[in-house]
Amino acid sequence: MSTGKTVRVASGQGFWGDDLEAPVRQVERGPIDYLMLDYLAEVTMSIMQKQRSRDPEGGFARDFVPLMERIFPACVEKGIRVVTNAGGVNPEGCAEALVEAGRAAGVAGRAKVGLVTGDDLMDRLDALLADGHELRNMETGAPLSEIRDQVQSANAYIGAAPIVRALEKGADVIVTGRSTDTALTYAPLMHEFGWAADDWDRIATGVVAGHINECGAQATGGNCLIDWWSIPGMAEVGFPIVEAGPDGSFVVTKHDGTGGRVTRASVAEQILYEMGDPSEYITPDVIADFTTIRLEEEGTDRVRVHTVKGRPATEFLKVSIAYASGWKATGTLTYAWPDAAAKARAADRILRERLDRLGLAFDEIRTELVGWDSTHGALVGPPPADLPEVQLRIGVRSSDHAAVERFTREIAPLVLTGPPSVTGFAGGRPRVQQIMAYWPALLRKEAVEPHLVVEVKDV
Amino acid sequence: MSRIQLVHLAHARSGDKGDTANVGVIAYEPEHYPLLREQLTPERVKAHFGPMVKGDVERFELPNLHALNFLLHGALGGGGTMSLMNDAQGKVFSTAILRMEIEVPDAVADAMKDRGRVPAGWTPGAAG
Repeated sequence: MSTGKTVRVASGQGFWGDDLEAPVRQVERGPIDYLMLDYLAEVTMSIMQKQRSRDPEGGFARDFVPLMERIFPACVEKGIRVVTNAGGVNPEGCAEALVEAGRAAGVAGRAKVGLVTGDDLMDRLDALLADGHELRNMETGAPLSEIRDQVQSANAYIGAAPIVRALEKGADVIVTGRSTDTALTYAPLMHEFGWAADDWDRIATGVVAGHINECGAQATGGNCLIDWWSIPGMAEVGFPIVEAGPDGSFVVTKHDGTGGRVTRASVAEQILYEMGDPSEYITPDVIADFTTIRLEEEGTDRVRVHTVKGRPATEFLKVSIAYASGWKATGTLTYAWPDAAAKARAADRILRERLDRLGLAFDEIRTELVGWDSTHGALVGPPPADLPEVQLRIGVRSSDHAAVERFTREIAPLVLTGPPSVTGFAGGRPRVQQIMAYWPALLRKEAVEPHLVVEVKDV
Repeated sequence: MSRIQLVHLAHARSGDKGDTANVGVIAYEPEHYPLLREQLTPERVKAHFGPMVKGDVERFELPNLHALNFLLHGALGGGGTMSLMNDAQGKVFSTAILRMEIEVPDAVADAMKDRGRVPAGWTPGAAG
């Protein structure tokens, strides 16, 4: 460990469904040491759980496997290690598919796969409740027992320790379940620089690096509001790369020749994304104080982030629980000038009257006009009479599947039985979707940490 | 003094946590941060959004980034997959807050009046 050492952690995916070419660019277009791939959002685990209930071999981010088949040889040649939470609710299945992909890519015997399990609490949920862990909803205070029967997935957000252990054991590609998004970036830094678990400031700085990396191009010009029209090369946007030193401070940059932009302002936008109280950004490993972040531009597409303040972590892990909570569907129709909005509103009224006459019960019916108020709501006032067109968007929600199903059959009839100059129904009947509600809770660390298992095996 | 829309003074990004939308507002010019801090009170932001925000509005200050972070509780129709909103994840509350009006010295209004909007004559591809 030399004092001048720099470790480059590149971001390759910001969510499940992100730009499939981005991680390839990260590997091929310049030097990196680690590639982090974040696939999980609040609702992703419940979607994966549903997929696994239909197919026992599913339940992870399937995109990850063909991606690795593509980049595995280059990663092995260049010594790039990959850290990902692609495992979802089936990290074992994901790791197995990864080993096969490695063999198909010709790296058998030349790479090791690390697997982190134990974040999944589904099988232990009743035992936890029986032991007095109430898993109360952090927002409402209600105990989990109220909705126990509806729970579809329950996972603890786990920190850096098991990833660090897998790296120590020589894993080249590490697959986890519900690791925190930020740990995918700072675990490699802890490993490389040998930071102690109570080195609060350095780990907190790593958390900031992780927060900048975890949404991919959102730090490098994607979804960037400031001067967005002048950001070049977005067709081949470069995802962020964190170049960290032993003291924790780092530079946010991207590969030369890629599109996008890294400035103080683009990084600041990402820092504020999904932010709560910035003075206490709570992770399993540290509480980071984002009000101590100092940003400095030190060249084109290079922003330095100085070390920030951290405080000891709490005794708890956050738990992400998804529970089935009824059904919903959304239907749309497009109305044309003249009086487009008036026609849409009239159609909405007719539809609501029909639903009422059918005696269907809904917890909520919501009407929006896409092209007028579906984004800024009441802030935009009533629509003008000469609006060229508008899309009527009606959503319903109910615990009664049959009611929602019947609603989906009431949209198309409006074309022949409602206001005129209507089109845009070619997509067919709306789909009934099961609602997976989110139940955030806290659980004492000692109820999870002894259950975390790290395995490393050869490809 | 003049009244100008916040869109000319600040940029913003928003996201979700459950049924809460967060909106980070960043001053284009650091010297305008005090104006934002003084006028973008949680009460004014709550009044701006009216029925769109069912719960409280909380505000946090990040003078280090000349930014404010707002939490709009009960803004996302239940949040996550529960919500029937087109913007169920609060992605565009960012520009919704930029519709607010701010009192600024005339010189500031004049200097900032073109910030935040696409320049006249711009076409897609102009950035390369």
